[in-house]
Amino acid sequence: MSAENSEEPVLQVRGLSVELPKGTDRTYAVEEISYEVRPREIVCLVGESGSGKSVSAFSVMGLLPEGQLTAVAGEVLLQGENILEASEERLRALRCTRMSMIFQEPMTALNPVMTCGDQIDEVLDYHTDMGQAERRAKILDIMEQVRLPDPEKMIDAYPHQLSGGQRQRIMIAMALVLDPVLLIADEPTTALDVTTQAQILKLIKELQTDHGTGVLFITHDFGVVAEIADRVAVMQWGRIVEFGTREDVLSRPREAYTQMLISSVPSMTPRKRGGVTDAKPVLRTRDLNMVYGSSGFLRRDRKVHAAKDVSIEVRRGETLGVVGESGSGKSTVARCIARLIDPTSGEIFIDDDDIARLGVGKLRSHRRRTQIIFQDPYRSLNPRRRIGDSIIEGPTNYGTSVAEAFERARELMALVNLDPNSLDRYPHQFSGGQRQRICIARALAMEPELLIADEAVSALDVSVQAQVLELLDDIREKLDLAMLFITHDLRVAAQVCDRLAVMSKGEVVEYGPAGEIFNNPQHEYTRELFAAAPGRDWEFGKFVA
Amino acid sequence: MYSFFIRRVLATIPVLGMVAIFVFFMLRMTPGDPAAVLAGDNGTPQQIEEIRESLGLNEPIPIQLGIYLADILRGDLGQSYFFKRDVTELIGLRVEPTLALASTTLILTILVAVPLGVIAAFRRGTWLDRGVMGFSVLGFSIPIFVLGYILMYVFAMELKMFPVQGYKSIFEGFGPFIHRLVLPSIALSVIYIALIARITRASVLEVLGEDYIRTAYAKGLPRRVVLMKHALRNAAIPIVTVIGIGVALLIGGVVVTESVFNIPGLGRLTVDAVLGRDYPTIQALILVFSFTYVFINLMVDLTYTLLDPRIRY
Repeated sequence: MSAENSEEPVLQVRGLSVELPKGTDRTYAVEEISYEVRPREIVCLVGESGSGKSVSAFSVMGLLPEGQLTAVAGEVLLQGENILEASEERLRALRCTRMSMIFQEPMTALNPVMTCGDQIDEVLDYHTDMGQAERRAKILDIMEQVRLPDPEKMIDAYPHQLSGGQRQRIMIAMALVLDPVLLIADEPTTALDVTTQAQILKLIKELQTDHGTGVLFITHDFGVVAEIADRVAVMQWGRIVEFGTREDVLSRPREAYTQMLISSVPSMTPRKRGGVTDAKPVLRTRDLNMVYGSSGFLRRDRKVHAAKDVSIEVRRGETLGVVGESGSGKSTVARCIARLIDPTSGEIFIDDDDIARLGVGKLRSHRRRTQIIFQDPYRSLNPRRRIGDSIIEGPTNYGTSVAEAFERARELMALVNLDPNSLDRYPHQFSGGQRQRICIARALAMEPELLIADEAVSALDVSVQAQVLELLDDIREKLDLAMLFITHDLRVAAQVCDRLAVMSKGEVVEYGPAGEIFNNPQHEYTRELFAAAPGRDWEFGKFVA
Repeated sequence: MYSFFIRRVLATIPVLGMVAIFVFFMLRMTPGDPAAVLAGDNGTPQQIEEIRESLGLNEPIPIQLGIYLADILRGDLGQSYFFKRDVTELIGLRVEPTLALASTTLILTILVAVPLGVIAAFRRGTWLDRGVMGFSVLGFSIPIFVLGYILMYVFAMELKMFPVQGYKSIFEGFGPFIHRLVLPSIALSVIYIALIARITRASVLEVLGEDYIRTAYAKGLPRRVVLMKHALRNAAIPIVTVIGIGVALLIGGVVVTESVFNIPGLGRLTVDAVLGRDYPTIQALILVFSFTYVFINLMVDLTYTLLDPRIRY
């Protein structure tokens, strides 16, 4: 194992400090951090947003934004050579030949107007003297190695013709084509679906073993850490608080912060819950269908069946989880139920009223019965309105007096554990987790019967996520709400859902009590999904003394 | 790919038809009787009736429209009241100077504006950037005719580097042709240079913040290559759009510039036709300008597909 690997490290970072511009909330983006990556080793840099993990990666590549972030102390040694002192020209020569980097968003990291082949070719053309035929052979070879189907065809494809996973494979091919000693991977699987993520992680691990590459892997996901790391560095507020082997850090963390972080990771084992009740369903859908499509003059018809015969129900006091990968239709279903979009066919019952076909006027009285909490708390609050005004807007629209609505808003703020006196503040004065609490208060202000949480905790850091999840579950219980919980994250679903609906390609492929599905998945796709969850065999938070 | 081109070209036909019909009704709706205008102040009712007969104005409107559209298809745009000759022939004679002026202006604009915008974006926040943006504000603010007379005064009358006014056909030699076009082209292009330099700067700045630019740097490519190969082509679409709109707006500028520099082109013809209430000529000019506009838009759309493989209609 690499823990005993005593070879000369390919990367040594010693006492590195990077200064932030004046007027930010702290002086250093990273402060006196030290770590190393040996050949054939994967070091995971893990931490929450703003902990400085990306900055430390970019300083290795010499890609810190000019004039904004400057390395002021320490050294970054790539095979003994100090990157911080290298000239611009020397840095360029090192990039992609000795150190390479892949990024989080494969959708935007490739140039949309160049073919994939050309983008890999650029690396060879710039760094080597190979002739055209030789370069083409090399590109086809590396595309084969990253297991892209039909390289002869892919070489001429444009990025938009590829899936997210395939684009990330192109990025990896580009990064590894010249056999660098160090690969820096900045959250390379965060934007990918869980099954694709599993494939990409496996690929990185295999290639890294074959080529003997040292990998610096940046992630916020302890599942991924458990899956691939040899050693782990935990970052908080620009400092490395703990650095050790995977087993040590995950099972025997020394620092309180590490312990807190790891304990916040939701378990894959479903929590024992009150059990499925026989209460009256608040929401029932029957054969709900949604077809997106456009047809027009001189244009081909394009139709997407985003939801196919979806029949689900949510009872009072119960949480139904809808899980699935991107494009599975889970958000479409949520939006149909809230009537933010009009379903193509089918019925949606809220209590006993079918709202699927109601016109705008008649729908109005039903609107307040269903409320949504959206994914991104940074964009779902109007930045120019005080949060109090955002919260009372709904109730006052339905005739509540302003004074009464404000009184209620104060109560709700207390309910979501925020200071009731901060109603006159603006959204930017709150953190992401606090904003999501405000969104919850805003939804509750309407006194809904059904609360829809559409990926409501996906954008939050793991420690904040745990708190918001707990809050949502508390509120459901206190107010006896029916909750529809949309998520791609199986760990989260395991913690808060009473029943589960697993969606794939617009269809509900498996539907039943969450405990049963987790323990004994029936459908092929569900099993695939569970098998792909990173770190599924690892029980987080069970520390050994 | 080819089917797209053909579909896009076919799609312009209904647009052109609608433009032609619109022009027809627009002129029918203007007050006054063309026959009475033609007959002049001393025309007798009988003369007016005869003229009306000969122009086909007694026919019902749908028949008139049919005849008008058939004439357009044959390339017959009628007789000018004022110049007393075929409008088609008239326009043919005047097309060359306007085309020449528009082309030199366009070339000058692109050659100056795009590099200025790119440099400003790349050297953002430096004196160079501020200089380009300052010039841009100035260029927007100064009317063509003011700039035209200033250029004429300084470079033609005082420095005597260029002729004051006039036009020489390209068939009489390239030297004299271009010599007379320098000042009008500069006068006309300044506002477009200002506009396009600004758009180029904004567009390039936006692209420079994209993830694939970071990828390009991570590959070890030098700045110049990143800028020219990765940034510029991605930034091109808004630039091409504005160049297209600019060419369409050029038509208005041409009218003024041709008057200031006494160039016998379509712009001057428009002014003369309007002053002389020469309806057939005005109608034909509107048609020519509209068709040009549709054609330019078609070119812009086709250029998009060459620049960006994601765009398919």
